[in-house]
Amino acid sequence: MMANDIRPEASRERLLDVKGLTIEIETRRGPATIVDGIDLHVDKGETLGIVGESGCGKSLTMLSLMRLLPNKIRVTQGEANFAGRDLQKMSNSDLRKVRGGEVGFIFQDPMTSLNPVMRIGQQLAEPLIYHRGMSKAEARNRAGELLKLVGIPGAVERLDAYPHELSGGMRQRVMIAIGLACNPQLLIADEPTTALDVTIQAQIVDLVKELRDKLGMSVVWITHDLALIAGLVDRINVLYAGTVVEDAPVDALFANPRHPYTQGLLASIPKLSDQRTTRLSSIGGTPPEPGRRPKGCPFAPRCPLVEQICHERVPSLEGTGKAGAHRVACFVAQRKLEAA
Amino acid sequence: MGAQPLMRIENLVKHFHVRLGAFGERAATVHALDDVNFEILEGETLSLVGESGCGKSTTGFTLLNLHKATGGKVIYQGRNIVELDEKAMRPYRRQLQIVFQDPYSTLNPRMTIGEAVGEPILFHKLATKAELPQKISELLADVGLPPRFASRYPHELSGGQRQRVAIARALACQPKFIVCDEAISALDVSVQAQIINLLLDLQQKYGLTYLFIAHDLAVVRHISDRVGVMYLGRLAELATREELFEHPLHPYTKALLSAVPEADPAHERSRKRQILQGDVPSPLSPPSGCRFHTRCPIAMEVCGKVVPEWREARPGHMVACHAVTEGLPG
Repeated sequence: MMANDIRPEASRERLLDVKGLTIEIETRRGPATIVDGIDLHVDKGETLGIVGESGCGKSLTMLSLMRLLPNKIRVTQGEANFAGRDLQKMSNSDLRKVRGGEVGFIFQDPMTSLNPVMRIGQQLAEPLIYHRGMSKAEARNRAGELLKLVGIPGAVERLDAYPHELSGGMRQRVMIAIGLACNPQLLIADEPTTALDVTIQAQIVDLVKELRDKLGMSVVWITHDLALIAGLVDRINVLYAGTVVEDAPVDALFANPRHPYTQGLLASIPKLSDQRTTRLSSIGGTPPEPGRRPKGCPFAPRCPLVEQICHERVPSLEGTGKAGAHRVACFVAQRKLEAA
Repeated sequence: MGAQPLMRIENLVKHFHVRLGAFGERAATVHALDDVNFEILEGETLSLVGESGCGKSTTGFTLLNLHKATGGKVIYQGRNIVELDEKAMRPYRRQLQIVFQDPYSTLNPRMTIGEAVGEPILFHKLATKAELPQKISELLADVGLPPRFASRYPHELSGGQRQRVAIARALACQPKFIVCDEAISALDVSVQAQIINLLLDLQQKYGLTYLFIAHDLAVVRHISDRVGVMYLGRLAELATREELFEHPLHPYTKALLSAVPEADPAHERSRKRQILQGDVPSPLSPPSGCRFHTRCPIAMEVCGKVVPEWREARPGHMVACHAVTEGLPG
């Protein structure tokens, strides 16, 4: 499987490499699989988009890497290498240095992620003092610079503001500033614009793009909105029911989606050229609940191209195309490509 | 179209009185809606868009008399319904329904789906108890749910199925008009498409009129006949979908449209967005004159002083902007 993944830029260096990651939730009926043996990777300087609907495991996958999973949810298998070290085997104190230091996080809801009784400046200074060993004065200086970097007007005065004194868009900028505080090698953004208005959303996307280019970091952007990340990412992984069903460079994915689920997702986005009476194509049914995963391909019960084999075996993510950079986990799509 | 107006909204105003400060010692007024004028035509889908806090949901609530209007009129079937008390409002309630964003909190968790859908039927005496099970099955079929769902509870359903139930409950009253207040915003893309299709089918089948309140412009573009753009409690622009998306006149509409991402990587990478700076000002003390002038890229001196007139710039295309007005002949 991995052997097919010889990319044209062979010199590219892996920053994050996750293999066979499995996450289970404890339920009354026993453990249920939420993430089923996911393989994914991010190269240095690369921006990866992880796309999927609610409950597909996209957030849990990234949270698990930093041991931030909620109670009753745990990693049962798999390894995760970050810059050559196995995150799963690392001690808690070593991992704490990675978390917020080499890896920055931005979460969806800045109102609940920021501490409501702590001034913005203190919250920004905290990682700098902890990870960088800065003095309080140095950290405050740097915090002011960071707020300026993320485009907060009157940055230095805002250091003494509390989160409730800022608007949603400003709070999300503060979250981004905290995520970037220690010059991370990898920034994980988990639906950072979902709660924001389109105009603010566009500001945030452009800001992350600009900062990424300026600071040269890798970014993983988790979202349910394919259109939003079209101009931002290099590569997209489409997740369905806890598995990667398609992995492709962004242009290839939009121009030539191969998995029937990706095709369905793209077709259900309303287009400019649609007439008002055009029916949107939609995917019938709903994703399987954890613990009720079908035996074969998890998408089989909703798939328009389903065949007998799909109910019996789980397709693996196979490389297609010249360098195998476009990978798909679908028996039907793979056969079509072989025939072509 | 040439449809008749179903509802006429005249100079609608809604102010909320709030108390600020740790002990509520300061009184203040939220200018949620100011001087809003438009018509809703029979059988159309009129969408209201704008950033959060622009008053689009308040418009929906106020014109259904769920919020008491501070001023202005909502004329429906020849009567100004916003001055009616609850009892006088009751016959209109049946015809004017609303579907909310979050079907988790709008359905009673202790009522079965059948009970939830049947309740308005019995309340408005639209069927006898004996006919009720049949009626419930028909309504569930209308929204694409099998009859066996009648005995289930909301927690057994997915988000999309719950939204179908909320729609069935609104349909149970045989309404003429439904306000869809962010009705599809919480749903996943593939499910969202199912519900949009359902709303369009039901509109055709029952001749419904929708006021569709949403922030997703791609969806709005898909389902609307006409679109109104709101900013800080005022209408900035209102036109047919083609006019608004292809020939927007108001600088705010232009900025809003340019922020919408398209599912096209090459286009997205190369596009030059006209990004609005800053945030929406507080509705506690909205800017003088045109409320958009603090963020407007083409603001002139007059914009900070005089409220722009709400006028027809092109046939059927309403806009409130000094710059547009000045460019007009006459």
